[in-house]
Amino acid sequence: MSYPDDLAYSREHEWVRVEGSRATIGITSFAADELGDIVFVELPEVGATLTQFGTFGVVESVKAVSDLYAPVSGAIVEVNDALREAPELLNSDPFGEGWIARLELSESSELDALLDAEAYAAETA
Amino acid sequence: MTYSPHTDADRSRMLDAIGVGSVDDLFVDIPASVQAGEWQIPPPLAEQEVRAELARLAGRNRIPEVSFLGAGVYRHLVPSVVAEVIGRPEFATSYTPYQPEVSQGTLQSIYEFQSLICELTGMEVATASHYDGATATAEAALMACRLTRRHRIAVSAGVSPDTRRVLETYCSGPRIELVTVPIDLAEGGSGTTDPADAGAALGDDVACLVAAQPNFYGQLEPMQELADAAHAAGAQLVAVVEPTSLALLEPPGAYGADLVAAEGQPLGIPASFGGPYVGLMAARMASVRQMPGRLVGATRDAAGRKGYVLTLQAREQHIRREKAASNICTNQALMALAATVYLAAVGPQGLREVAELSTIQARHLAAALEAANVAERRFAGPYFAEVTMRLPDAARRHAALAERGIVAGYLAERNDPALRDTLLLSATELTTDADIERLVSALEASA
Repeated sequence: MSYPDDLAYSREHEWVRVEGSRATIGITSFAADELGDIVFVELPEVGATLTQFGTFGVVESVKAVSDLYAPVSGAIVEVNDALREAPELLNSDPFGEGWIARLELSESSELDALLDAEAYAAETA
Repeated sequence: MTYSPHTDADRSRMLDAIGVGSVDDLFVDIPASVQAGEWQIPPPLAEQEVRAELARLAGRNRIPEVSFLGAGVYRHLVPSVVAEVIGRPEFATSYTPYQPEVSQGTLQSIYEFQSLICELTGMEVATASHYDGATATAEAALMACRLTRRHRIAVSAGVSPDTRRVLETYCSGPRIELVTVPIDLAEGGSGTTDPADAGAALGDDVACLVAAQPNFYGQLEPMQELADAAHAAGAQLVAVVEPTSLALLEPPGAYGADLVAAEGQPLGIPASFGGPYVGLMAARMASVRQMPGRLVGATRDAAGRKGYVLTLQAREQHIRREKAASNICTNQALMALAATVYLAAVGPQGLREVAELSTIQARHLAAALEAANVAERRFAGPYFAEVTMRLPDAARRHAALAERGIVAGYLAERNDPALRDTLLLSATELTTDADIERLVSALEASA
């Protein structure tokens, strides 16, 4: 399987897209496929501060409940409210419409601890 | 099946495997001062000796001839059909219905219970029940903390003292701070929570206001104003209610309660020291994923037939362990079934009559005490089926009446020293005019 080149990935199967100091985060297609049909996403609150690799929410699928782990640290500036009504966006478009939150990146050097698309593909092969 | 205990050889193999010298070494963390030590167990008795001993012990129970004791537990008529249904082995011995394919009857009974509680409270979703009213209240307050992500709880002093103590215990682990909102205890005062006081206690870090309707003193709280005060601070209102009162009073769903908790004992469960009772909890559907404990949902099977299953189990401890909505609750399925059978037996009209008769007899009681110049109402304002009365020298007279088989209600100073010489007297549909006359004349004689 291949993954978008412009994202960085965590071993906990979250991705991050960095644009300036803004980071958009979500879960990977691998995670969504493994979870199966996602029925609920517990979103963080705007203003909450995330710590890299700390938990920030929950996804519930028909077969499991999993914590969401922040790939980077930062303060949440926006959450994807569409997921409240349409959690299935995590299955149908995990790298696009299924984004989970946007945050103000607090430490860009944290990205060094993440994987690129190729390394993540190797990790999940 | 033969019972096969572990042999000494089994035990020593297990101890060796974990590297422990003796069974006692497993308990070294428990201070010797609280260990049981030698058991003082009497020698075995024959069946007839056990019967005689139990009869002797039972004879020490003092069953009052007349009782006006309520204070959270109420004596109501329990139709015989309740015991008949809950005594059936299909219900009496069944365990948690995790396997819907073999548990449809139990699941349906819980679903009916939840539906009845929703109807009674005007709420959208009810749990499969809790231990009792106090733990249901504590769970509701903790749920409000999760929903609001806040860590303080404001509780009205009109909530039962026992419930407040349980709430305190539940808050001690997660370090949630409890703030008590006073009620007006002045002579002739309202006996209720002032919405302005509630508002003052509610900061932007308070998750909920817990208030009781009717409150511990029988008085009717301004629930709408309390709900408004809670909501203005971004907090939730946890309404602690008495279930039969809902046949007459506005349901919590109508005044904006976010969570409802109740002691379900008045619904078909005899008053009994130590229970078992049943806790009721209901909420809005938007909050369902933070509800603690079991929920039964209705669905259809592959062939389109209606069926029942435990649902939204991702909230629960057997799925999520440390992230569960609660690890300290379970349901009281048999007592919930008693409430279900009771409500089905009496019906909406019957429940209304229970509530009406209880309020009528409470008023008759208060009027009779006042007419005889024995006692007078301690508070002003509306009350439900329990009335707080001022009675000179109450503690002594309460004890004197108990000697004569009359429980003259609850001595309120046990709860609050500001309420010296005050009795909390309950009436239900079982309270007769003769009971009231007997109380009045016994109190007159004790003066």
